[in-house]
Amino acid sequence: MVDVALWSGLRPLVGGRDSVAVEGGTVGEILDALRRNYPALVPTLDAGVSVVVDGRVIASSLTEPVKPDSEVVLMMRLKGG
Amino acid sequence: MALDSSKTTGFKYVGTRPNRPDGLDKVTGRAKFGADAYAPGMLHAAIKRSPHAHARIVKIDTSKALAMEGVKAVVTRADFATGLEGEFGDILENVMAGEKALYDGHAVAAVAATSALIARDAIKAIEVEYEILPHVTDVDAAMQAGAPVIRADAADASVPEGLHPNVVRYYESGHGDVEAGFAEADLVVEDHFLTEATHQGYIEPHACLGTLGSDGKGELWCCTQGHWYVQKVCAACLGLETSQLRVTASEIGGGFGGKTTVFIEPVALALSRKANRPVKLVMTRSEVFRASGPTSSTSMDVKIGMKKDGTITAAQGTFRLQGGAFPGAPCEMTAMCAFAPYDLKHVHQVGYDVMSNRPKQAAYRAPGSPMAAFAVESVIDELCGQLGLDPIDTRLKNASREGTRASFGPTWPRIGLVETLEAVKAHPHYAAPLKKGQGRGISCGFWFNHGGETAVSLALSEDGSAQVAVGTPDIGGSRASMALMAAEVLGIPYEDIRVTIADTATLGYNEISHGSRVTYASGLATIKAAESAVQKLCARAAAKWGIPEDAVYWEDGYAKPSGPNAGDFEPLHIDEITATMGATGGPICGHFEATPEGAGVSFAAHIVDAEVDPETGKTSVVRYTVVQDAGKAIHPTYVEGQFQGGAAQGIGWALNEEYIYGADGRLQNAGFLDYRIPVASDLPMIDTVIVEVPNPGHPFGVRGVGETSICPPLAAIANAVSNAVGVRMRQLPMRPSRVLEALESAADG
Repeated sequence: MVDVALWSGLRPLVGGRDSVAVEGGTVGEILDALRRNYPALVPTLDAGVSVVVDGRVIASSLTEPVKPDSEVVLMMRLKGG
Repeated sequence: MALDSSKTTGFKYVGTRPNRPDGLDKVTGRAKFGADAYAPGMLHAAIKRSPHAHARIVKIDTSKALAMEGVKAVVTRADFATGLEGEFGDILENVMAGEKALYDGHAVAAVAATSALIARDAIKAIEVEYEILPHVTDVDAAMQAGAPVIRADAADASVPEGLHPNVVRYYESGHGDVEAGFAEADLVVEDHFLTEATHQGYIEPHACLGTLGSDGKGELWCCTQGHWYVQKVCAACLGLETSQLRVTASEIGGGFGGKTTVFIEPVALALSRKANRPVKLVMTRSEVFRASGPTSSTSMDVKIGMKKDGTITAAQGTFRLQGGAFPGAPCEMTAMCAFAPYDLKHVHQVGYDVMSNRPKQAAYRAPGSPMAAFAVESVIDELCGQLGLDPIDTRLKNASREGTRASFGPTWPRIGLVETLEAVKAHPHYAAPLKKGQGRGISCGFWFNHGGETAVSLALSEDGSAQVAVGTPDIGGSRASMALMAAEVLGIPYEDIRVTIADTATLGYNEISHGSRVTYASGLATIKAAESAVQKLCARAAAKWGIPEDAVYWEDGYAKPSGPNAGDFEPLHIDEITATMGATGGPICGHFEATPEGAGVSFAAHIVDAEVDPETGKTSVVRYTVVQDAGKAIHPTYVEGQFQGGAAQGIGWALNEEYIYGADGRLQNAGFLDYRIPVASDLPMIDTVIVEVPNPGHPFGVRGVGETSICPPLAAIANAVSNAVGVRMRQLPMRPSRVLEALESAADG
């Protein structure tokens, strides 16, 4: 299981928790598990998120590996100028 | 054989300052920009725009325009695809209004004619019947109960119940207990800040030449920061198969984020399809102001608590961003960047994306971050002033560093803020005496930087020179940087490499040149493509020598046997291998296609000295120093140019630039005579210091540099002015009249 930290705007959608534990060995698997286990997050996930894995901001690659002890933080998708 | 070129020291080409490859073309006028394209039989287009801030379109009568001699086609929304939703639906709605005109300048129809003059006359002949609706252009007013609703049901699921329908996205993050943190503070400062919308101010207006046949095949030439994105958007807006539209990016006369989206290209293509002729469309400067994408205006509240020793005990910010008539204002970026420079136990940030009857905001260098820094760094300056603390020591005491928790959640990897602040403290500017009437301001700034989809192709010629095809338009000297990185890997001179921006039919998808990603991502791809070519060069040498491929290594442009056991062979220079490549296996090329995900964030800190004329309120920036972590400066001159450019644009944003709307909702200053960007005489020499804390996610340590430099200026200049006049400046721009008002209010006590 991997703990996924959520920004506080998402916490009401998962029963007030600041993180949730899901199964997954890649960014894509973790996002799929979040969709399955927490349907209320689906609109946010579909709108686009970045996933920070051990300090690296993963903007789009679903194949990035995630270890069980990785620090995983959901973040709004980055946009630049 | 070493295939991994990763290193952060010992460079031969990287870090040097050769002339830019596009320099001669640009100074001689040979470079071709968006409006420099012509085609046989070409028509000229003009766009009919709404004069109303908010109005229902009752009827459009194009008959008189169509009857004019020379007019070949007229299009309205009926000539575009239907059923688009989400991002593409919003872009199409912005490109050509449907049921309602949503802002002054919103396109409602367009004409193609045999001359630009006829086209401009013809749009006057188009009759549009409007039902004028109430409008709102101010962010705070747009959130109030009773404010006109711009578009019903535009809000997404993030918006809590009970907010006005104009609030279309909501972001909230943080950790700890801010109330407990404020209770620990010796001093708490809370303040309200306002900034106006500004424009990127690129010299070149949007321009394109489109050709689209009834067979659905098209060609498009345009000035853009991302032609694959233009291809995708235009295909959607016109119902085309994406690959049937080839898009070529022109040279670009500035973008700064404003050319990351689409405003006119689908219109030119729709007119071309209808007229069966090529169509050229060039925005006027007035149209650029009224109908392209300025920044958000903001309304912000920031509260910070601090102990007497300078420790920040808690920080809280609320950031309301006006984004025009569509969702997308970067409220989450503003909130996430706001407190990023600081290691905070208790922090809470909220962002609101608010619609109004203004043009859809677009990106502008580090979208959302400069405004946040203005509010946060102003409050920190006020705290330092009231507690008698040194502003750099205080920032160093609280600085984010590797292993601390970022205000938006994750733990920081290796970052360079401490090194940046220490460089500020060591700079002579920081200790230089000020004259009477002058004030000094300091500010930090932060930006994430980005990777994104990237493809690069490198081909060697028989003479050993190389051509590199990249897909990211060169908006800041990137062709020089790519050539330097390829030279470093191949071991051939910079001048032997030509870098071109490929069109959409030539390479795989390349994300837009945005997010300070080009030197990082296209640079990484160029290095990997060059390594791929080197591997093939070594293989050819191995075959010639009859030894295993892994017994050959590449050094300084030569294939060499890896040691005595590999055999005693004379090293082969690259041109000896490429001269016979046709007979030894065929052309030698290298490719790389990926989505690099190792972008490194960057921090900057600026020092500004400002002098205010107490009689006129005019501010002069008399000294300016930019210090920023570049990771690794591939071409230091262009890095310094990015630093200076961010500061120069920040000076304009801080002191003079603003969108001014009248009570009628119409833009009052749609031109450079009334929208005051800095000119050379407004600017001091801007000194720069490049800090290099390598990004472990790039082979040479590159972090992006294009955006972070515009994050600190608003606050640094506001702090300098505030310290010069003894009044906290809370609203931008600090135009002379506003500074005089502040001085008068201070005098009144």
